[in-house]
Amino acid sequence: MNELERVKAEDERLARERKKIARDGPKLNGAKLEARLERTWRRPAGIVGWLATVDHKEIGRRYIVTALLFLALGGVLALAMRVQLAQPDAALISPGRYNELFTMHGSTMMFLFAVPVMEGVAVFIIPLMLGTRSTAFPRLNAFSYYMYLFGGLMLWVAFLLNIGPDIGWFAYTPLSGPQFSAGKRADIWAQMITFTEVSALAAAVVLVCTILKTRAPGMTLARMPLFAWAMLVVAVMIIFSMPAVALCSSMLISDRLIGTNFYNAAEHGDALLWQHLFWFFGHPEVYIIFLPATGFVSVITETFCRRPVFAYPVVVLALISTGILAFGLWVHHMFATGLPRVGYSFYTSASMTVAIPTALQIFCWLATMWDGRPRFPVPMLYVVGFIITFVIGGLTGVIIASVPLDLQLHDTYFIVAHFHYVLIGGAVFPLLGILTYWFPKITGRMMSETLGKIGFWTMFLGFQLAFFPMHFAGLLGMPRRVYTYPAGLGLELPNMLSSIGAFVVAAAVVLFVVNGLYSLYRGAIAPPNPWGASSLEWATSSPPPPYNFEHIPVVETRTPLWDAHGELPVVTGLRVDEKEILLTTVVAAAPDLREPVPAASLWPLIAAIAVGVLFVSSIFSPWAVVFGAIPAAIATAAWFWPKELKRHPEPVIS
Amino acid sequence: MILEPRFTGDVADLPTHKFGPSSLTWWGIIGFMVIEGAFFALAFAAYFFLMGHEQGWPPEGRQPPNLIWGTLFLIVILLSEIPNTMIKKAARERDVPTIRTLMPVIIGIGAVLLIIRGFEFNNLNCRWTDDAYSSIIWTLLFLHTTHILTDWGDTVVLWALMMTDVGWEGRRLVDTDENCLYWRYVWLLWIPVYLMIYWVPRL
Amino acid sequence: MSVQHYQSIFGNASIEARQFNTLFVIFLAVCAVMYAAVIAFMLVALARRRRGGRANVMEDGRHHESDPALRTGLIGWSAVVATGLVALAIASFVADRSMASTAARERLSLTVTANQGWWDVQYIASDNSKMIRTANEIHLPVGVPVRIYLKSNDVIHSFWVPSLAGKQDLIPGRENDITIVPRKVGLYRGQCAEFCGTQHAKMALVVQVEPYSDFIKWWERQLQPAAAPATPLAKAGYDFVTSRNCGACHAIAGTPASGTVGPDLTHFASRRTIAAGSMPMGEGNLYGWIADPQSIKPGTKMPTIGLEPNELHSVVAYLETLK
Repeated sequence: MNELERVKAEDERLARERKKIARDGPKLNGAKLEARLERTWRRPAGIVGWLATVDHKEIGRRYIVTALLFLALGGVLALAMRVQLAQPDAALISPGRYNELFTMHGSTMMFLFAVPVMEGVAVFIIPLMLGTRSTAFPRLNAFSYYMYLFGGLMLWVAFLLNIGPDIGWFAYTPLSGPQFSAGKRADIWAQMITFTEVSALAAAVVLVCTILKTRAPGMTLARMPLFAWAMLVVAVMIIFSMPAVALCSSMLISDRLIGTNFYNAAEHGDALLWQHLFWFFGHPEVYIIFLPATGFVSVITETFCRRPVFAYPVVVLALISTGILAFGLWVHHMFATGLPRVGYSFYTSASMTVAIPTALQIFCWLATMWDGRPRFPVPMLYVVGFIITFVIGGLTGVIIASVPLDLQLHDTYFIVAHFHYVLIGGAVFPLLGILTYWFPKITGRMMSETLGKIGFWTMFLGFQLAFFPMHFAGLLGMPRRVYTYPAGLGLELPNMLSSIGAFVVAAAVVLFVVNGLYSLYRGAIAPPNPWGASSLEWATSSPPPPYNFEHIPVVETRTPLWDAHGELPVVTGLRVDEKEILLTTVVAAAPDLREPVPAASLWPLIAAIAVGVLFVSSIFSPWAVVFGAIPAAIATAAWFWPKELKRHPEPVIS
Repeated sequence: MILEPRFTGDVADLPTHKFGPSSLTWWGIIGFMVIEGAFFALAFAAYFFLMGHEQGWPPEGRQPPNLIWGTLFLIVILLSEIPNTMIKKAARERDVPTIRTLMPVIIGIGAVLLIIRGFEFNNLNCRWTDDAYSSIIWTLLFLHTTHILTDWGDTVVLWALMMTDVGWEGRRLVDTDENCLYWRYVWLLWIPVYLMIYWVPRL
Repeated sequence: MSVQHYQSIFGNASIEARQFNTLFVIFLAVCAVMYAAVIAFMLVALARRRRGGRANVMEDGRHHESDPALRTGLIGWSAVVATGLVALAIASFVADRSMASTAARERLSLTVTANQGWWDVQYIASDNSKMIRTANEIHLPVGVPVRIYLKSNDVIHSFWVPSLAGKQDLIPGRENDITIVPRKVGLYRGQCAEFCGTQHAKMALVVQVEPYSDFIKWWERQLQPAAAPATPLAKAGYDFVTSRNCGACHAIAGTPASGTVGPDLTHFASRRTIAAGSMPMGEGNLYGWIADPQSIKPGTKMPTIGLEPNELHSVVAYLETLK
């Protein structure tokens, strides 16, 4: 009784305190509001604050910079391979080392560049695009970055210490199993998967919750920007597909470390179990990389054709159906394994069907160009380059969906050509375009248009030179993953051309980076909306302040800034001296709840270190799983535990 | 240029906590439940895939796991839903004293379950290194054990928090409600895992 | 001898290969038309921008209806794409069924067992005494359907002779098979097409398609045990090979050497290549290989043992007698 009375008295006191809390509104706006919001949302200065940040813009930038670093590292590996392959019977690189190179190249590009860069761009821009101040679960967001960083570091440190993996980026068993891969190389690879998959899953949960719950009032799902739709579909795909690779790589580690028999045919295991589980993840993975790029293309096309993308509902349905269909294709990576032919027919049909939604998206973009009035700054050039290049890759994909054709082309350089066409043409070109497009928002300056145009043409032409000849190398009989090839098969010319092209592509990447660095210091200062675009991220300054928006915007159409006519509708009432965002309902985006946002915290970093130690040491001993779990559990508990055990008038997360 | 604001409404009177799908953490928990569900579903697929390769399941000469410990686990965990539902209801009614009394009961049951789980491991009648069958049933049991352990740990930390004054805050009650939701998921997942470890080999 | 080893998918040397070519051309044609349509649409769309006022720009906030032709275009486009894909899928199924039925009645069978770095080949006969074993080289009679059973002793490999057929994987614990009907006499090269370890790149094989009478002659020669060495040098080589550990890995019929870890050497010198297609057969290459296999094919299972020069001469002389 006493307790209940005390609590009631406390409730009343807190209610009185609540009335005094400062909130934004007509009485508190403009420069005064900005100053107070800045003080509340700015993270602590210094190295500790830098490590402890939960600002999605900082985390997003880190993701992008780290991913571009891994792109460069992976690219250098590719150059080394191309030097070795430029001539037949070359002996510049030993077979063992070459096998490490292509393993590291594939693993770095797929796990440490392609998915993280998309996550990074999304983490940076989505809250701005949705009209809110933070992602959901910002500390989980920080944790996911650190897990990614540690996984990448572990892999590359191992490579530099000469214990890097050499089993290919898809690590087929039993080659990667205990019998045929001695030492720890394969375990390093498998544990890198664990790091990056934990990171991606955490980021996916952050994105789903952000997109569903934190949108601006009035931004119904039908008014949500297409890039947000793309990331919603991608995040759900990550949630369903990543567990497959987590499971199979954990089974691999357990076969290697503690003697289980999942992949060991002698004890009734099956090498194909690996392939099924891996490709159940692996096929959706490529759409996880591609769909965000389609979002980029929609963004750029809309802005530079000066009209929204044609047939928005069709594009949304295309995104969703691609996401679903992507899960039904994985056996097309296994056509040569001898599974029943009648089963294969299903996967041929599904693999062809998945081309239809993508073809529809392409129509919609071209229709937007047709109906609008396109202009061609650098981002739009990349969109045109994307159409020209990606569609070739998509069509070679249709070719290899056919079983008889695939049985010749599988595991040859034709496939290498195909996937580089769809990954570079389909994802990297839009990425370079969108980085140019959002560079002013991220940094406050414009990239150099001239350097950008030179870079685009270098990249576009260099790419065709590097990868088109690979179709012919495959047709002439060159398999994948070979450190050399004999003279006299006609492979000399395509390989030499590819090697030259690779260096041109490298030059283009260097040009892009130079442009970025130069523009960071000398680029033209960017206004809030340099491109005259329609979405909410352009309603705030470039770069945005820590709190993103002075007041939470309200949205009435799909193109809020084009319909604003000089003033932006907003809602008021959020706290000014404590971090808070507005939650809205999932479909109709009606204001629903006010949600506190955590302060900067070192616990995500500490937890990531603890989990990282657990993962790395479990490569060496299974007991690490038990002992390493203890610091990880403590760090996670401390993360959750509030700094002060007293009640506040309005909730804070400290 | 930054646009002039046009004030259309005020949200200051919106609550800062709500139960169910309005809560942001509810979505986070659902997200993690889907991830774990996908993980288990794929482990089940691997189980049936490996089973398709074998002549007998369990293979020749191997006994299926002893029924008693797994079934005891099933009974105890199903019974734990009683205090679990009571805690969930108490959370929605802001009945913190009930929560404070009942959470140790759940924690105690959790400890008992972990002990029973130890006996289960000992009574699988095979070693994980024996063959693929042994590997997959040990893995299923291990995965579910980590599930129990993490939720048990969560519950201990949450109980400690509920014992303090902040236990009266709306958001902590939402946390408690969602923790009960997650506990339901833990025992719901046990049902197919139990069937696959203990009953499918007996078919 | 140097022969152009043919490894192109367009080698067109079997029924299956011809069916592939037809299907490939159909796919290529349809895809080329689709690509042209996309590019044409894009070019026209971009060219239209010069037309000024009729564009439906909406950045000023006025919402226009899109050009109605586009709605028709969208429906038409979906229909065309769907039809094209259905047509290609049907073509693919028809070709697949046709290839399967061609393969229906084999008259010859052999088993290829893959090992890391080399191919073990065993011809099956109803009478066990007529079975032959060789390595890295296959002889096939032209026009005769042959079924090749595919197994692996270690990791996953892939059997691929592009001019003759698509590939099939060799998976430990499973038996796959592939049926080929060679149609053109000639020499064809194949390679392992599934990454299998350090020496994946040099795991090749040679397929000789020859007239039936030549094939029978070859078979009968393969049935003979190894010729006894005639010259003293060759005899010294024979002594070395049978007394040292060569026999632990290699088998030579008619001698004590009976290992199965490495290729059968009974008729080694009659083959076209050494070390699974790494080099053409020849005295100089033989010297190089026996002296230091690791420098030619680093990571191969055959160790570099460092023979004395006279030992090397004698071993090479002996091996050259194994025709």
